Amino acid sequence: MNLLFGRTKQLVAQIEAFLDAVSQGAIVFRQGVIDYLSHNAADFQCRLEAIDELEGRADSIRRDVENQLYSHSLIPENRGDVLALLETLDDVIDTAKRTLYEFSVETPEIPDPLYEGYGALAHASEQAAEAVVLATRAFFRDVRSVKDHLHKVKFYEREADRIGENVKRHVFSLPLDLSHKIHLRYFALHVGQLSDAAERVADRLAIYSIKRTL
Amino acid sequence: MLLLSSGLFLGWSLGANHGGNLFGPAVGAKMLPFYSAAVLCSILVIIGAVVGGAGATATLGALGAISTPGGAFVTALATAATITLMSRLGLPVSTSQAIVGAIIGWNLFAGAPTGVGSLTTIVASWIAAPLIAGIVAAATYVATRACLCRSRMHLLTVDAMTRSGLVAVSAFGAYSLGANNVANVMGVFVPAAPFSAITVAGLQVSPTHQLFALGGVAIAAGILTYSRRVVRTVGRDLLRLSPVAALVVLFAHGLVLFLFSSQEVGVVLSRLGLPRIPLVPVSSTQAITGAILGIGVVKRARGLRVRVLGDIALGWVTAPPLAAVACYVGLFFAQNVFELEVKDASQGSPITITSSFGQGGMAGISPPLDATPACRAAPAKRDTDPPCGAQESPIRGAGHAITTGHTDGCLSRQCDSPLPRHQLAGPESTAPSSAQWVQGLARTGHASRTALSTERLLPHLTQRVTIT
Repeated sequence: MNLLFGRTKQLVAQIEAFLDAVSQGAIVFRQGVIDYLSHNAADFQCRLEAIDELEGRADSIRRDVENQLYSHSLIPENRGDVLALLETLDDVIDTAKRTLYEFSVETPEIPDPLYEGYGALAHASEQAAEAVVLATRAFFRDVRSVKDHLHKVKFYEREADRIGENVKRHVFSLPLDLSHKIHLRYFALHVGQLSDAAERVADRLAIYSIKRTL
Repeated sequence: MLLLSSGLFLGWSLGANHGGNLFGPAVGAKMLPFYSAAVLCSILVIIGAVVGGAGATATLGALGAISTPGGAFVTALATAATITLMSRLGLPVSTSQAIVGAIIGWNLFAGAPTGVGSLTTIVASWIAAPLIAGIVAAATYVATRACLCRSRMHLLTVDAMTRSGLVAVSAFGAYSLGANNVANVMGVFVPAAPFSAITVAGLQVSPTHQLFALGGVAIAAGILTYSRRVVRTVGRDLLRLSPVAALVVLFAHGLVLFLFSSQEVGVVLSRLGLPRIPLVPVSSTQAITGAILGIGVVKRARGLRVRVLGDIALGWVTAPPLAAVACYVGLFFAQNVFELEVKDASQGSPITITSSFGQGGMAGISPPLDATPACRAAPAKRDTDPPCGAQESPIRGAGHAITTGHTDGCLSRQCDSPLPRHQLAGPESTAPSSAQWVQGLARTGHASRTALSTERLLPHLTQRVTIT
């Protein structure tokens, strides 16, 4: 009995650690974009290292949780849903890491008038990711309150889409070379992809939470 | 001993068919592996059979008087064959219904009376048990769901607790199955137990308990070797159950079986002034199906497979008549082809066990043998004398009255120690009715329990009582 409950506590702790890693990854992403826009190279480098470490930790935890769920035949009714949920959540932190590394590799030249737009876009994307992590925590403990968080994900995703469109219009209204404009539009698109990844998780969560209440 | 083989076969059939009821929902919900559950339940079945099997055995014995080992053999064999056939078809079948059908088949063959009171009680339990199981399951499921919602326990914690709960209720259900259903397996052999009392580790083990242990082992063998097919039907085909629903179903099932076999519960109910639950072997299959249906009602019949329910009901309806016919045919062949004694040759029998259930009046209070005038002399049999038949004595064994001997002239040759004259009561020309006898006692001033006490009567009765 102690073995069963001991293993359960360990798994619960691992899932909580995974969700913490995804949530921190979204926060580090936003800070990283702000540091880049502020030309704060040292801090930006720290953010890169931090998100790299968080993403690696999330991957490791996810694989371990998958292994344990299958090898001990735990939560047979919900195992497939939980594992799919963890994989799509992993996409969120992967997207955040990939976008920050693109900033690092391609070093876009962002004019000052666009700082506020890019900052707001990063903030909206981070809020969407945060809301989906909260919804996932609720899925494990209080399935009836999942929908209370899911509507926030959808709101911030729409907000990110709106801000992203405004940033692109602003970019193409500036007297810049076409290649420069396209480069900047590309980064607006990628910063907004974090909210799209969060929305994909939210769509799955909506179905899984309905299944659990049946 | 060879004649016990049909009982062992019946036990094996019961285990094969009812193993699914013990852990089918848990295995179907993929919460417990089959063999782990089977081993655990087998052990608990044996314990339940030995510790708690006496209560329900008495009631079944009151239904019909199978007075010979040969008759008991054929009855058990017919029941086992019926259950095995149903198991091969993958249909859960009620062993209790099958054994009742077989006993009635014996009664029809032997021309023996069927204890109507006991039959009524048993049939009523076939309705009450699934109903109680359904209500308990529905209420428990609603309460459990509400508690889980409010508790905010992690999904994995709920899973771990459900697994532990499933192990516990499967064990409880297995114990209750052994206690409740060993009567179906070995009840017919109790009057003719071929064992003598033995001492094991300082504990006296009676022949009846040895029979129950043997029956429990047979049930366990059936669970381990042949229950997988029915597990599939109960676990998944009727209604797909979540792990929590499986836990609730098994709990309701175990509780109903326990209530209908526990003498201790009866004592508690009596002390509380509540009516006792009759100790009757109830159908494990009916209890589990009733519990599943209770869950189905809560879920508004979503996912309930009505066709499977129809197949299960068909099994219940056909099993008793099938068992009765099989028993009747088997008795015919056993008696006429194999020359096996399946009933007493004499009219009536030295011991007949009739149920006092439903019989009003002074059931169980009867004139002692020596109250008949025949004890003083051996008068010529008169036309007005009642025919040799059974009288009831106050001696009650395990919930039913044991009737002894014959009246009037039949007893006169065996009357060794007549009671004093002043204890005789009632009209002397005919065997007095129970009511007249008590009235007579009242007139003589001896209408007291002392006069009826077992201590005064037992020495006389044991000299004449023979159990075959």
